[in-house]
Amino acid sequence: MIHLEKRPQPSQFWAGFTPILAVIATMIAGGIMFWMLGKPPLEAIRTIFWDPLFHETFGPYSRPQLLVKAGPLILIAIGLSLGFRAGIWNIGAEGQYIMGAICGAGVGLAFYPSESVLIFPAMVLAGALGGWAWAMIPGLLKVKFGTNEILVSLMLVYVAENLLASVSQGLLKNPEGMGFPGSRNFRDFPAAYNTEIISGTGMHWGVAAAFVAVIFAYVLLTRHMLGFQVRLTGEAPRAARFAGVNPTRLILFCLGTSGALAGLAGLFEVSGPSGQVTIDFNSGYGFTAIIVAFLGRLHPIGILLAGLLMALTYIGGELAQLMLGLPAAAIQMFQGMLMFFLLAMDVLSHYRIRFNKTVPV
Amino acid sequence: MTGDTRHQNALLTLEGMTKAYPGVVANDQVSFSILPGEVHALLGENGAGKSTLVKMIYGLVKPDAGHMTLRGENFAPVNPAAARASGVTMVFQHFSLFDALSVAENISLGMDNPPERRALSARIREVSQAYGLPLDPGRTVGDLSAGERQRVEIIRCLLQDPKLLIMDEPTSVLTPQEVDILFETLRKLTAEGTAILYISHKLEEIRSLCEHATVLRLGKVVDTCDPREKSARQLAEMMVGDTLHVPFREAAEPGPVALSMSGVSMKSPTEFGTDLRNISLEVRKGEVLGVGGVAGNGQDELLAVLSGESRAQNGTITLAGTDIGAMPPNARRARGLLTAPEERLGHSAAPDMSLTENALLTGAVREKLVNRGFLRWHRTKDFARKIITEFDVRTPGPDNAAGSLSGGNLQKFVIGREVLQRPDVLVVNQPTWGVDASAAAAIRQSLLDLAQNGAAVVVISQDLDELMEISDRFTALNEGRLADPVPTQGLDVETIGLMMGGGETESAA
Repeated sequence: MIHLEKRPQPSQFWAGFTPILAVIATMIAGGIMFWMLGKPPLEAIRTIFWDPLFHETFGPYSRPQLLVKAGPLILIAIGLSLGFRAGIWNIGAEGQYIMGAICGAGVGLAFYPSESVLIFPAMVLAGALGGWAWAMIPGLLKVKFGTNEILVSLMLVYVAENLLASVSQGLLKNPEGMGFPGSRNFRDFPAAYNTEIISGTGMHWGVAAAFVAVIFAYVLLTRHMLGFQVRLTGEAPRAARFAGVNPTRLILFCLGTSGALAGLAGLFEVSGPSGQVTIDFNSGYGFTAIIVAFLGRLHPIGILLAGLLMALTYIGGELAQLMLGLPAAAIQMFQGMLMFFLLAMDVLSHYRIRFNKTVPV
Repeated sequence: MTGDTRHQNALLTLEGMTKAYPGVVANDQVSFSILPGEVHALLGENGAGKSTLVKMIYGLVKPDAGHMTLRGENFAPVNPAAARASGVTMVFQHFSLFDALSVAENISLGMDNPPERRALSARIREVSQAYGLPLDPGRTVGDLSAGERQRVEIIRCLLQDPKLLIMDEPTSVLTPQEVDILFETLRKLTAEGTAILYISHKLEEIRSLCEHATVLRLGKVVDTCDPREKSARQLAEMMVGDTLHVPFREAAEPGPVALSMSGVSMKSPTEFGTDLRNISLEVRKGEVLGVGGVAGNGQDELLAVLSGESRAQNGTITLAGTDIGAMPPNARRARGLLTAPEERLGHSAAPDMSLTENALLTGAVREKLVNRGFLRWHRTKDFARKIITEFDVRTPGPDNAAGSLSGGNLQKFVIGREVLQRPDVLVVNQPTWGVDASAAAAIRQSLLDLAQNGAAVVVISQDLDELMEISDRFTALNEGRLADPVPTQGLDVETIGLMMGGGETESAA
């Protein structure tokens, strides 16, 4: 009989090896599903995992997309992971992402058609501030009145979405847009455009910011007192108080940081890949980033890899729909399998499997 | 009585009871029998296997091998309800009561076939009077003292008319007067033929109450005896299997006042916690002040107000002449006031973090483990290693999680972490709770050494023997008030009881 036995402490080896095992398991289970749908399993899997990067025709188009999609996911997830580590649940990154985009884009558009080199940095700053301020609302309500940050931050997403709808049809609407909703396109506004740093790679300033955030979070969590306090608060809140952690400051720091990073992601998206403030430019990165944060085990390096993997399955999934005529539902199910196996395999790093019932003496 | 006649007349007989958990055999071939109307003591250190054994009798744990006989019939309870149906009940060390419900509601929740509420209340009154356990069925449990809560549990058992009553450390939460009341009740029960299986590590108690004792060590029965014929020291040595080391120190003249509290009042941060009321106290350098009292009378709150986790609403706390009442924990640490709370897992230590990280938890300031916000991991690890070697913490190394240590070893680590930071004032709550005898002796010795080197030490504890052994002066908390400290030398149990009970004995509710 198989039973699980808790390890005295999590295994380092299995923590690193389970993601690989999970991808293999997904390929097998997904392959069976594709085969039952009457599609060639090996080809489907190759289309999802291999072709986006290495296909002769599609590769050059989809390779940059990998970074474009992974960048905001990683940037937001890094911020969220700090709070999640401390037991502070910011579920409203989508709202902070929208508000960062609105504020940053607003600053840029206010100076149209200036060519000053200061415009883009000012937009970045305004984007971060916008996201930060939006996250401060649940933060301040929590520390002053003990409200639940999950509910408040989530509800503020819908407020932000309505604000977005309002400004894209009003305040920020392109005066030369012949009545269509949506702002001016930043592609026609070079001083404010979030351009590719290296052409043809998808590497824009937001992706660079995401990499910096990964390094920053890694150093913070492993080498800095503040990071230690974040982890301690999540592991044992009472011990954290005993160790002198100020819960109010920590809550505001975690919510503020995750809001600012989400705001940055919004600004980089709206001024780059999306190009304009429209009613639906946001595409749910703020929510997907929650999954990315947990897939990456709330660890900066893990989040980097999880963001890339998530982006790959999105791009590969689209490609598979196009090439093999796989239904969208099958692709979503495949992505779901990947999450499932990643999280389920986690049991291996906390437990060891025993195959008989004899008890060691 | 010889083994054979015991066996023939036995109410409950255990034969070859064995239970193993991964990596440890909790019970190995345990056999003994309990006679009707007998108070049978089960003696042993923490981890000797007492709890596992009684859980098997009560149907909470399934034995790997062995069998039990109750009144001549095969007895193998599959769950506690089955055990209760056969007349075996148990009062746990930690109560399972709902604070917000009344006594009668709590009792009916724990019964298999509760009678109608009015009849139940009448039965509760009847039983409580018959056995001298005053209890009002209509009161809310949250307002009861620990002793009264225990009565709720006992009466719940008695209503089921038990043949065997198992009691796990029943006196750990009682004042000496409450202990006397409990013992009267138990004697009445045994006179009626009920057997009691009594678990305790308080040896004097066992000597005065029990007729027969089974001693467990590392899961095995190592001895049986009549505890009335043995001295407490002999019993202790049977448990430990070794000669005991008794802490000692040279008498020293107390120095100047190190820590003083005057008129400190604080509302408890938790519901059903105890507010501190007008606490005044002075501790001098080189002295050990013992703070006794029944659990839940403000011990946690007193520690929190001193550690800086909670702020007092009134009064001042002065450390070496500086008012520290408004300072956060680390500022107090920097000035030499260190503390160690009662709860190891999750309060004084983070169970899932390594010992190195746990060393950082309170050592950051005084051991200079942080440089401009950046952690000095090497230094921290060295500090953790130092704690492990100097306090004989049994662990493979400082990278192991705190939660993987046994209770005693983690407690040695926590106390060592504070002691090695050379505090001017150290406040500890329950320093040896759940710790085996030899580790407890080592911890007490380290506190005494600290005092001898000129630190002021405040020991909050519910173990009176411990406080008598190590403290120079004694005081007690009762409902958040602190009695005037008196010298420990020559203190009698009657006075201690009055201090713990706030100057009044238990009266009927």
